[in-house]
Amino acid sequence: MSSQPSSHPSSKGQIKIVHIYPREMSIYGDLGNTRCLQSRLRWHGYDPLVHQHHPGSDFPMDAHLVLGGGGQDSGQARVQDDLAHNAPALRALAADGTAMLMICGMYQLFGNAFITIEGERLPGIGILDVTTQGNAKRMIGPVVLDTAYGDVVGYENHSGSTELGAGQRPFGLVRSGMGNNGTDKTEGAVTGNVFGSYLHGPVLPANHSFADALIKLAVERALGEPFVPGQIDDEIADQARTRQIRRLVG
Amino acid sequence: MAVAVGKAARVASRLRGGGSALPGLVVERLDPRFLTHALADLPRGVVVITGTNGKTTTTKMLVAILREHGLQVFSNPTGSNFTRGVISSMVAEISLSGRLEADMAVLELDEAHALKFAAEVKPTHALLLNVARDQLDRFAEIDHTAGLLAELAEQTTIGVVLNLNDSFVSRIAGRVREGVKVTYFGVDPSIADRLPELQEADVRFEDSFVPPEPTAADGLLKPHDERRFEVRFGPTDRVGPMVLKQRGLAAMINAAAATSMAKVLLGNEFRTVAAVAALQRVEPPFGRGEVIDAGGQPLELVLVKNPAGFTVALSTYGSTPVTTMVAINDNYADGRDVSWLYDVSFESLRGKGAALTTGVRAYDMALRLQYDDVAVAQVEPDLDVALERFLSEYADEPKRIFCTYTAMMALRRNLAGRYGLANFGEEAQP
Repeated sequence: MSSQPSSHPSSKGQIKIVHIYPREMSIYGDLGNTRCLQSRLRWHGYDPLVHQHHPGSDFPMDAHLVLGGGGQDSGQARVQDDLAHNAPALRALAADGTAMLMICGMYQLFGNAFITIEGERLPGIGILDVTTQGNAKRMIGPVVLDTAYGDVVGYENHSGSTELGAGQRPFGLVRSGMGNNGTDKTEGAVTGNVFGSYLHGPVLPANHSFADALIKLAVERALGEPFVPGQIDDEIADQARTRQIRRLVG
Repeated sequence: MAVAVGKAARVASRLRGGGSALPGLVVERLDPRFLTHALADLPRGVVVITGTNGKTTTTKMLVAILREHGLQVFSNPTGSNFTRGVISSMVAEISLSGRLEADMAVLELDEAHALKFAAEVKPTHALLLNVARDQLDRFAEIDHTAGLLAELAEQTTIGVVLNLNDSFVSRIAGRVREGVKVTYFGVDPSIADRLPELQEADVRFEDSFVPPEPTAADGLLKPHDERRFEVRFGPTDRVGPMVLKQRGLAAMINAAAATSMAKVLLGNEFRTVAAVAALQRVEPPFGRGEVIDAGGQPLELVLVKNPAGFTVALSTYGSTPVTTMVAINDNYADGRDVSWLYDVSFESLRGKGAALTTGVRAYDMALRLQYDDVAVAQVEPDLDVALERFLSEYADEPKRIFCTYTAMMALRRNLAGRYGLANFGEEAQP
């Protein structure tokens, strides 16, 4: 099998990816999304710059793409204050069209609120119009979604049950799995260029059309010119994805 | 009655060929108090070993040391580390009156099942190894797993041995019952820089907990080189130097843990010479670096099941790169979520690349390697087809297979038939 070219002689431009809370909110392999975008940007001929945002610093306003992952309850508690502090910055970036992908725990925190099993209301930063209710039972298992980027595969592992607000678009519709709440067939949420989803896997490597859609948004924002894709051999990724789809939905 | 039925079930399941937990299931249905009755009277107690990584190796080591000291030890050597597996092992060794002929029991238990077990039988001693991400689809969160270990420590009646260097484990010292003795195992401060190879620093946050200064009761690993090491107790007491059959830093840490627990259990009876002799004889357990002769060339089988374990395996074997196959299944026993592969760095495979990826998630593994710039020569999801190609196309060189649990079981069965290895395809390796 071929491996990808490791770098291009001349860069088409620098793209800044910000991974938010990589220590506290990345225990289910979501770091793989950052690795994926970093490599694909390089393979497309761009120059990726990855910045890790840790609690206690100001959020970089020159971000072109923001990524967040899933964590434990203790991880969420550790980022709560910083997220509140940086909420205005994140809201401004989102309103201005910055692409963001928030998985699992960070998806919940980008919503209106998380209501614990005990009934306590933990406020989110309200970029996505979703509200999550804690459950005793976890929703765990492989997932296939129907999305604007084709069938998307991944793995969900969450106890929160998420409801979309009136008019909130989902990221996809569930073909196999539980999704936001196990009842309404929706999964994730999309507002502007901000994507929330429960899908680990991690979601981007196997679903490269979605990965490239995020890259396109980031490139256009960073350089103010159209995304010019490079030649990438995605045969392995296509096999990985289509085999999961066949196993789960036939 | 229950014992006789269990023995019959054991014979029946042997005849059917497989299912090491079946007799246990039968006895458990008939007499749920079976475990309590048979284990409660053991004169020198019940030792439980648990944690994410190293349970099987450490259990084998501790049992070997105790037997070398002349003790009759009951253990659950089948690697079937759930309560039913324990009962299944007992059915084989128990008299029809229900008495277990042993001085003590040393049991390897999965974190969740250790608690279920403790609800039936209070352990006298517990050895708590580490906490790492493993099968989060079963345990959901690491904090939760750490909580299970703490609850087990609370149930323990005489002594606990804790990992000094894993803050998830060492802080459990504050949770034991009054009068329960706490001792530690860990690494000598001179190799503290190698701790990241053994545990995930990224999920251990700075906190106010400061582990205690080790005392002469606590065993600290001091390696001399890649293979030779000793376990130090205080400034003068040394167990070693010795060389294990199993390679790698993780196995050395397991030896330090087993030695520390052996000292607690044996007290003045502990003999250094016996401990060293026993440890040096321990064969690598199922899938932990077993080497078989595959047509005149060594073939190593390495079980991988979580990021910490795979990272340790890659660093252990990284210094001797050989032709490699990676076999990833996603059945329940493997962990159904393969996301964790993205928390492992595969750069050490870059030099030689991977000859094959195989298993149900062969393409996901190949994709993962692609993102670490590791070339993959072939992808073949069918394990038997992949093994055939691996063995025939690379016949004249040493080989290594990293594999998840059910992939390993399938590969072992195939290899057992191919090379006529008695029992190699079975779990039981007493």
